Amino acid sequence: MSMLEGRIRIPSGCAISAVISREGRRMTGEKIIESMRPMHERSNGLGGGFAGYGIYPEYKDLFALHIFYDGELCRAACEAYLRDHLEIVKGEIIPTRKIPNITDEPLIWRYFVTPLRSVLASRQLDENEFLARIVMHINTHLQGTYVFSSGKNMGVFKAVGFPEDVGAFYRLEEYEAYCWTAHGRYPTNTPGWWGGAHPFALLDRTIVHNGEISSYDANRRYIEMFGYKCTLQTDTEVITYIADFLQRKQGLSLTELASVIAAPFWSTIKRKPTEEERLNLSFLRKVYPSLLITGPFSIILGFEGGLMALNDRLKLRSMVVGEKDDLTFIASEEAAIRAMEPEAENIWSPAGGEPVIVTVKEGCY
Amino acid sequence: MPGINYFYPEFEVVRNDARCIRCQVCARQCANEVHSYDPERDLMLSDESKCVNCQRCVSLCPTRALKIVKSDCRLRENANWEGDTIREVYKQALSGGVLLSSMGNPKNYPVYWDKILINASQVTNPSIDPLREPMETRVFLGKKPEKLERDENGNLKCELTPQLELSMPVMFSAMSYGSISYNAHESLARASKELGIYYNTGEGGLHEDFYVYGPNTIVQVASGRFGVHRDYMEAGAAVEIKMGQGAKPGIGGHLPGTKVGPDVSRTRMIPEGSDAISPAPHHDIYSIEDLRQLVYSIKEATGHKKPVIVKVAAVHNIAAIASGIARSGADIIAIDGFRGGTGAAPTRIRDSVGIPIELALAAVDQRLRDEGIRGNVSLVVGGSIRSSADVVKAIALGADACYIATAALLALGCHLCRTCQTGNCNWGIATQKPELVKRLNPDLGYKRLVNLMTAWNHEIKELMGGMGINSMALRGNRLMLRGVGLTDAELRILGISHAGE
Ligand code: SF4
Ligand code: SF4
Repeated sequence: MSMLEGRIRIPSGCAISAVISREGRRMTGEKIIESMRPMHERSNGLGGGFAGYGIYPEYKDLFALHIFYDGELCRAACEAYLRDHLEIVKGEIIPTRKIPNITDEPLIWRYFVTPLRSVLASRQLDENEFLARIVMHINTHLQGTYVFSSGKNMGVFKAVGFPEDVGAFYRLEEYEAYCWTAHGRYPTNTPGWWGGAHPFALLDRTIVHNGEISSYDANRRYIEMFGYKCTLQTDTEVITYIADFLQRKQGLSLTELASVIAAPFWSTIKRKPTEEERLNLSFLRKVYPSLLITGPFSIILGFEGGLMALNDRLKLRSMVVGEKDDLTFIASEEAAIRAMEPEAENIWSPAGGEPVIVTVKEGCY
Repeated sequence: MPGINYFYPEFEVVRNDARCIRCQVCARQCANEVHSYDPERDLMLSDESKCVNCQRCVSLCPTRALKIVKSDCRLRENANWEGDTIREVYKQALSGGVLLSSMGNPKNYPVYWDKILINASQVTNPSIDPLREPMETRVFLGKKPEKLERDENGNLKCELTPQLELSMPVMFSAMSYGSISYNAHESLARASKELGIYYNTGEGGLHEDFYVYGPNTIVQVASGRFGVHRDYMEAGAAVEIKMGQGAKPGIGGHLPGTKVGPDVSRTRMIPEGSDAISPAPHHDIYSIEDLRQLVYSIKEATGHKKPVIVKVAAVHNIAAIASGIARSGADIIAIDGFRGGTGAAPTRIRDSVGIPIELALAAVDQRLRDEGIRGNVSLVVGGSIRSSADVVKAIALGADACYIATAALLALGCHLCRTCQTGNCNWGIATQKPELVKRLNPDLGYKRLVNLMTAWNHEIKELMGGMGINSMALRGNRLMLRGVGLTDAELRILGISHAGE
């Protein structure tokens, strides 16, 4: 018990990959599962997961909650709590298939929900903030219950296992998404719990991350001032909250977000050609010194309508980008990109701290 | 009662007569007049009763003929009634007065810095080599906005309330002109300018010669308001309101009249030779609302161009006090721990009032975070920061920067004899006697300060690199710290785990 994720901090090495169609064309999960095979060595079977965007078009205006339960009692308690705050349009078990390598699964449910208007009005919150608080409450206060996906028209699927097996387990070939991200984990310790696998998600934002950030506790203690609770002690969790805080609450753009968490060095800022750039960059650095993430990382931040890939400012983790037609691929290794698209072109390695932002054409998602 | 007031001297002067060449350097160097030459017998004599063990004569004796040792003539040993304790009783029975001391609390209280260890990267993430990769120690002190704003075109509004920019997270703490010499001040001012940091005038005003260093000067306003006037306020880069000092929480500054010569008298705007004793409280601050008024008056008076620092001593309820200050409009809170130095303080207060800075810092940083107002203020801590490792530990506990004073004086030659209150500092620091002041050469003094800080900055970078951290995102990263030999209560307050956990 004492070794469960969240009680201790577990460093991990990892593999990440992503594919996105700029035209909003939807692809089944097979491609992304393929991408993880050549990177098998980067995981050790102790965590894998996927996020797909555009997978629930029939419920696209509802929040899709994916929840792990330790048992039926937990489910009853959580559903009672959900009913007090949300209208549950649909609740069902997430379909899975039996795989020998994936064992000890919790109960895995999903719900399509919308906030009860009356409750929303009385709390004076917008629906995103309302939902975020519900998720945060469940994850910190309801024993044996863990919401691992909470956005609209998207979903996270994760488990303890190798990513290829996790993909098969969740039958991802049956889902179609315009953007997929994936993660394989190499924790130095046995997390023993499915919630600890990645992607990590809050609302429509998901993060897959490779690396171990050395600024973790400074980042965590800062972000916890704003109502976030880092229950998992993982880097990915804290990065997700930082992205949520800076984008949703502070209204920063993706590029601005990148220049906070992978801030350019002062010497680089000094060399920027325009006064405006210098002013903006130093302003963000002065305001958010505690949200600079140091230590090696490559992350892919997924959100409704796009993704952003980013390396730490020293580029201490590998990450490559490639393209083919309307598709953009991102992965820890070129081999993963080739597995998805042997003909991929324009393969390049973004520089440290240089965000790669890919968005889907307006109206196509 | 014959003999009752006699104490055998604390130190003995040991002179190796075979080495002594009768050059009389010691006699000229010792302002306490310990050494003298007897021409008739061609002998160097010593009156060790006056010796304070400042090591000046030892350091300058050309033949290394001198050493000062602790006298072994002492009262019968008693773990409860130690020699010093008994001696102090005798002294007070004679004088009826309050005991005075200087420099920081020398008693054997726990030094938490020495029970905290720093982390380093191994395997799962790489350390960063500061010789090969950029490593940033720059910090900005001041309030950070809660909410970002944009103009009508959607551009970020980049105005910030005034900030202090430091090239490294260390500043020279308040030491007044008067308590220390002109040359000491000049060294601090010039070093700050060269280093891109700040020094602090203390409560004695600013000598007109040093206005040129204004951009690297923090001007202090204390309860005595010595030397405070319009130009003074405008000269500095920031204004510090001194509410308290770690060495003497609850009382005001204390400068003996012997140190108030013509220059000091002019700078402080007080009569020559008069004791400068600041009132215990500010007479316009009897509560937190009053502090707020003073903070805003100072901001008004300086056109909202300078950050305002509020300096307090670390006392029992420091977390609540700091939280009040963070809501009072102050931009920076400086907390001074109970081991902080002083030019003169009542011994009993120095040795038994206040709390360690490590615990105060940890409690304050956590409280401000719990209340979500950590961004309102920067935290600067002092009160015995002795090395770059202490600085790194302080930052990781949650400080934005450190104040150092004793370490700076050591760099200038101080030998910690703890008799600054006498005004006879043989090293030209805590004195106003021209013949002593000139012993401190500011051209060399400032260079030594620059060296010390440069060395510390290198070490800070190495420690950071080891942890895999290359910016001041180190602040508050308590996971990088572990305690050794600390109790559960101490670990809880420090917010760190025990080594091995
Ligand atoms: S007071 Fe200093 S200079 Fe004088 S004898 Fe003692 S150690 Fe030497
Ligand atoms: S400043 Fe001078 S008098 Fe004070 S402790 Fe140092 S050496 Fe002694």
